[in-house]
Amino acid sequence: MSRSVHVGLTLGEEGGPHHQQAESDLFGFWVFLMSDALVFALMFATYGAMLVGTAGGPGPRDLFELKPTLIETALLLASSFTWGMASISLKYGDGKPGLLAWMGTTLLLGMCFLFMEANDFATMFAKGAFPARSGFLSAFFGLVPLHGLHVLAGCIWILVMAVQVILIGTDDRTKTNLLRLGLFWHFLDVIWIAVFSVVFLGGLTR
Amino acid sequence: MSGAVLPAVLGRFEWIDLPFVRAWENPTISEIIGAGAGALVVVGALAVAGLLTITGRWRWLWTEWLTSLDHKKIGIMYVVLAFVMLSRALIEAVLMRMQQAIAIGHPGFLTNDHFAQLFSTHGSIMIFFMAMPFLTGLMNYVVPLQIGARDVAFPWANSIGLALTAAGAGLMMASLVIGQFSTGGWSGYPPYTGLAFSPDVGPDYWIWAVSIGSLGSTIAGINIACTIYKLRCPGMTFMRLPMFCWTSLCTSILMIFAMPPLTVATALLALDRYLGFHFFTNDLGGNVMNFANLFWLFGHPEVYIVILPAFGVYSEVVSTFSTKLLYGYTSLVIATMTIAVLSFTVWVHHFFTMGQSANINAAFGIATMAIGVPTGVKIYDWIWTMFRGEVRFTVPMLYSLAFMTTFVIGGVTGIVLAIPPLDYVFHNTLFLVAHFHNMLIPGTLYGMLAAYNYWFPKAFGFRLDERWGRRAFTCWVVGFYLAFMPLYVLGASGMARRTAEIFEPDFRPWLYVACGGAFILLAALGSLSVQLWVSVRDRDETRVTAGDPWDGRTLEWSTAAPPPEYNFAVLPTVTRRDEFYEGKRDGNPYSPPVRYDRIEVPRGSILGPAIGLAAMSCGFGLVWHMWWLAGLGLTGAAAAIIARSFVRRTDRIISPGEIEAIERRWLTAVHEHRPISRELERTRANHGVAEAMPT
Repeated sequence: MSRSVHVGLTLGEEGGPHHQQAESDLFGFWVFLMSDALVFALMFATYGAMLVGTAGGPGPRDLFELKPTLIETALLLASSFTWGMASISLKYGDGKPGLLAWMGTTLLLGMCFLFMEANDFATMFAKGAFPARSGFLSAFFGLVPLHGLHVLAGCIWILVMAVQVILIGTDDRTKTNLLRLGLFWHFLDVIWIAVFSVVFLGGLTR
Repeated sequence: MSGAVLPAVLGRFEWIDLPFVRAWENPTISEIIGAGAGALVVVGALAVAGLLTITGRWRWLWTEWLTSLDHKKIGIMYVVLAFVMLSRALIEAVLMRMQQAIAIGHPGFLTNDHFAQLFSTHGSIMIFFMAMPFLTGLMNYVVPLQIGARDVAFPWANSIGLALTAAGAGLMMASLVIGQFSTGGWSGYPPYTGLAFSPDVGPDYWIWAVSIGSLGSTIAGINIACTIYKLRCPGMTFMRLPMFCWTSLCTSILMIFAMPPLTVATALLALDRYLGFHFFTNDLGGNVMNFANLFWLFGHPEVYIVILPAFGVYSEVVSTFSTKLLYGYTSLVIATMTIAVLSFTVWVHHFFTMGQSANINAAFGIATMAIGVPTGVKIYDWIWTMFRGEVRFTVPMLYSLAFMTTFVIGGVTGIVLAIPPLDYVFHNTLFLVAHFHNMLIPGTLYGMLAAYNYWFPKAFGFRLDERWGRRAFTCWVVGFYLAFMPLYVLGASGMARRTAEIFEPDFRPWLYVACGGAFILLAALGSLSVQLWVSVRDRDETRVTAGDPWDGRTLEWSTAAPPPEYNFAVLPTVTRRDEFYEGKRDGNPYSPPVRYDRIEVPRGSILGPAIGLAAMSCGFGLVWHMWWLAGLGLTGAAAAIIARSFVRRTDRIISPGEIEAIERRWLTAVHEHRPISRELERTRANHGVAEAMPT
C-alpha cells in the first residue's frame, strides 16, 4: 500500500522500517497535540466567557503591559527559529556540538521567556491581582500559566534530550524524540501567538 | 476522637474518617453498611494477596500480566477491572432501590448523605470504571487482530493507559475505606461540590479519580486511533475494515476530542477547591454555567464513546450468527461517522432548563432528534442483515436482539426528552434516569456482554457455558424491564431523581417492582460469575484451540485461540471484506507460509504500573492534603517517563524456530479436528474448525 511518509528528517534508510516506525510515532504525537490544543481552546473559551467577571477588581487595562509581552513573543519566536536550526543541524550537521549549541540556545531563550513571564505575574501580584481576586483573574491565571507550564515542560525535555544526545548519540529513538520535541516547541509558539493576540492585545485594545 | 492525626504526614486525616470508627461510635445500619463495604474492600484485597501467595503466583502476575505490553493481555486486564467495578456499582444500585422501596414516609435505613454517596459512586463507577475500561479493553484486544496487526501503535503508552485507569479505580475503592466519596452526583456540579458547600474530601476523591481515569482514556483513544490509521495490514483499506474497527475508530476520535473538556472541568474545579480560584463559585465573578458547558461538552460525546463500540459488536455478532455479509456496510460507516460528529452538537440538551434562550434550546433539541436518524439506519441494517439469514440464537445473538428492541424504546423516550418544553416537565425526574439506563444498559452493557461471550473463546481457547449464559441473559433483560419501566411511570408522575425519602404513598407499588428488578439484575451478575466458574471447570470439553468456533468472518478468527503473542506469523493480505470467511470458502485458509521470519514484540516494562502507582499516590496525597505524597507521586511519574526515554532495548525478538514450533502445533490442531457445521457449534464437537458450508 502506498503511503506518504513523514517528510521531516529522514531516519535511516528512506522508506525503510525505521522510517515507517517514525512515521507512526510522529503521527501519534500530532494527535496528542491536537488533544492538547483542545485544552487550550477550552481555556480560551472560558477566558472569553469570564472577561466580564472582574468583580470590581482590576481588569485587563489595569494589569497588562505591552512591552514585556512583546519581548516575550520575540523570545519565543526566536527560540522556534533556533530549534529549526537545531533540526537542520541534526539532519545535515556533522556532529553533536552544533546540535547541542542550538538546543542550548533554544533552552536559554525558553528560560528567558519563563523568567520574564514570572516577572509579569509578580508585577500583577504586587498590584493585588491574585487569581482568587475575581473570576476574570482566575481565568487569566488558568490560561496563561498553563502555557508557561508547557514551556517549562519543554525546557526540561530539551535538557533530557541534550543528555541523551551526549550519552547515547543521535540514534533513531533520539531522533524521533527530537522531532516530537520540535513539534511540541513550535506548537507552544502557535499557542503563545494566540495568547498574545487574544489576551494581551485584545485586553489592551478593549 | 476528632482532630488531625500527625498532620505533617497524614494531612487532614482524622480517626473519624475511618468508616469502622464511625460505625463503632454511631452503630446505625447506615454506618454499619459503610463499614461493611470498607471491610469488604480490605478483606477482598487481603484474600487476593493471600491467594497469590499460597499459589505462589506473584511473580507470574507481575511478569506475565502487570508489566506486559501485549495488547491482548492489557485488554483482558481492562475487562477484569470492569467486572470488579461492575460488581461494586451494581450492589450500590440494589442498596439504593432498597432504600427507596423502604423509605416511603419513613427515613429508611440509609442516611441522606450515605444515599448521596451511593448514587455518586454508582454513576461515576459505571461510566468511568465499568463502561470505559470494558470497551477500551475490548478495543485493545480485538482491533489489532481484526486489522491484521501485531500490536497497537504505542504498546508502552497502552500500559500507562491501563495503569492510570486502574489508579482512578483504586481511588474509588480507597474512598470506601478512608474518608468518604462525593455527594455531588457523577457529574459533580459546582457550586455544590465547591469548597463553600463541600469542604470534605468527597469531591476531591471524585476530581482525582475521574481526572486520572480520563487521562488514561485520552491515551487509549490516541493509541487505538493511531493503530487503525497506521497499522492496517496490506490491502486493509478503510472500506474493508470490520465494522467493529470503524466504531472503535469513531470512539477513539471522540475520546481524543471529548476527554480534554472533562480534564479541563475537573482541573478548574480543583483550582477552585485548592487555590481559591473563582471559576465556578457563586461570588467574585465565578460562573457555574462554565462547568455545565465544559462537563457536557465531554458528557454527551461520552454517551457515544460508550455506545459506539457496542454498535460495532452487534454488527459483528449479527453478521456472524446470521451467516450473512453485513447489510448496508457503507450506510453503517456513514451513520457511525455522522453520530460521532453530531454528538458534539447536542450538549446543551443536558441543561435545557438553565436559562438560555428558547432559540438555542430549539436548535439543540433539533440536533438531538437528528441523532435518531443515523441510529435508526443502524437498527434497520441489523434487521436486514438477519433477514433471510440463517440466524443462530447463541448468547451474543440473544443480547443483540434484546438490544434492538429495548434500545428503540429508550430512543423514543429520548426524543420525548429532546423536546425542550417537555424536558421542562421531565427534567431531574426518574423519567430521565429510566431513559439513560434504557440507553446504556442495552446500548453498552448488553453489547459488552455479547462481546464477552463472543470473543471469550478467542481469548482463552474455550467457550463459555451456554446454559448459564442464557440464564444470565434472561436475568439481565427481565431485571432491566422490571427495574426501569416503573421509573418512567414514577418520573412522569413527578418523582425527583436522587431522592432518599419519598412522601407519596402512591409510588409504593412501582418502587417495589423496581426493587424486585434490581434483585434480578443482581442475580444476573451472580449468573455471570457462575457461568465463568462452570466454564473454567468444564473447559476441557469446550476447547476451541483451532480458533474459529463460530464460522467467523474477520481476521481475528484466522489465528489460534488464544492467539500467539505476535498474533500473525505472517501479516495477512486482504483483498475484500470478511476475508477469512470468504477464504474458507475459496480453499484452505490455513496453509503455512514458505518460511518464517523473526518477529519483534515489545518487551515488558515495569514503568507502566509504576506510573499508575505514582498517579494514585499523587491523587491520594492531594485528596488528603498530604503534600509530600502528592509531590512524590508527581515526581515519580515524571521520572518514570524520563527514564523510559533512555531505554533502548524495548523489543524482544522471537526467532523463526520458535515461531515455526508454535505455528506447527496450531496447524496440527487445525488439521486434527473435524470441521463442524454451524448447527453443532454449541456442542462438544466444536474444536474451533468451521465447516465451509455454502452461504
